[in-house]
Amino acid sequence: MKLLDFFKRKTSKDVAKDRLKLLLVSDRASCSPEMMEAIKNDIIQVISKYMVIDTEGLDIQITTAEGENGDTPVLFANIPIRDIKLSA
Amino acid sequence: MSQVIVVTSGKGGVGKTTSTANIGTGLAKLGYKAVLIDTDIGLRNLDVVMGLENRIVYNLVDVVEGNCRLRQALIKDKRYPSLYLLPSAQTRDKSAVSPQQMRKLVSELREDFDFILLDCPAGIEQGFKNAIAAADRAIVVTTPEVSAIRDADRIIGLLAANEVEDISLIVNRVRIDMVRRGDMMSVEDVASLLAVDLIGVVPDDENIVISTNQGEPLVGSDTPAGIAYQNISARVSGENVPFLDLGRFGGLFSRVVHIFRKNREAV
Repeated sequence: MKLLDFFKRKTSKDVAKDRLKLLLVSDRASCSPEMMEAIKNDIIQVISKYMVIDTEGLDIQITTAEGENGDTPVLFANIPIRDIKLSA
Repeated sequence: MSQVIVVTSGKGGVGKTTSTANIGTGLAKLGYKAVLIDTDIGLRNLDVVMGLENRIVYNLVDVVEGNCRLRQALIKDKRYPSLYLLPSAQTRDKSAVSPQQMRKLVSELREDFDFILLDCPAGIEQGFKNAIAAADRAIVVTTPEVSAIRDADRIIGLLAANEVEDISLIVNRVRIDMVRRGDMMSVEDVASLLAVDLIGVVPDDENIVISTNQGEPLVGSDTPAGIAYQNISARVSGENVPFLDLGRFGGLFSRVVHIFRKNREAV
């Protein structure tokens, strides 16, 4: 078992590479705070047409998710709903 | 046609100044007229690495402020007839110079030199902005470490955003023994993470410390780093030079093989 571990061992170089891959994606994708604020306001406007949302609790950020070609940047939004407007 | 090249890295201590000194000296050895500008105002170092610290009269800020003519501030390196240094000011700060002033100064130098190398300070603030303002191309220096690579990636993004599109990479302080046992990222790993063209690989070499102690760039000497910098200088000038096989400098075995090969060639 120990011998198998030895062959399967993740070298520190692999750890460094994996960490960097994630880090560089999020560094490169990072937008200016002004732009994030603008996106947030636009999302509030659009969603508010259909439902009542908690604008204070709304959270958006850019992270990464596993895609077909490895990790890709994604826009993550957490929008708490207060009430769904039936008229819509 | 003269070329203005900024040597930059983001992170400090990865070998910007050493690389500037050695590439500049290497270009002069190849017969090109080269001037090295230390843009690190307040923390000047290129003068000591070049061994020219005792010959400074005027500096970059003096030129920009009109206290002297550009010619008066240039220090001629007596070892190489076509090599000059424009030292930085030690008692001022980065705000003493603006990007516009750098562009003006560099355009004056373009008339007289084949290569103008700008040694950039660490960081991404005013000093960095000054250094890249006049650059046609950039050489980004990094080491195979996460922190240096992360900063290099940020710098590459900022260079592109400031319309410096021609970017090449030096991976410095590579230890082939560590790469072999999987404890250091290989040059290929680093180059693929950063996605820029590689212009040179410099092995970790104690001779760099010795040459800096003496104030004499080791480019062209028969040392691992000396050979690496000679090749980089030739590539910078447009020559097509194959990359070093770092294995030559690796373990004892390869060293013995190398000695045998050398002897065979001699015979």
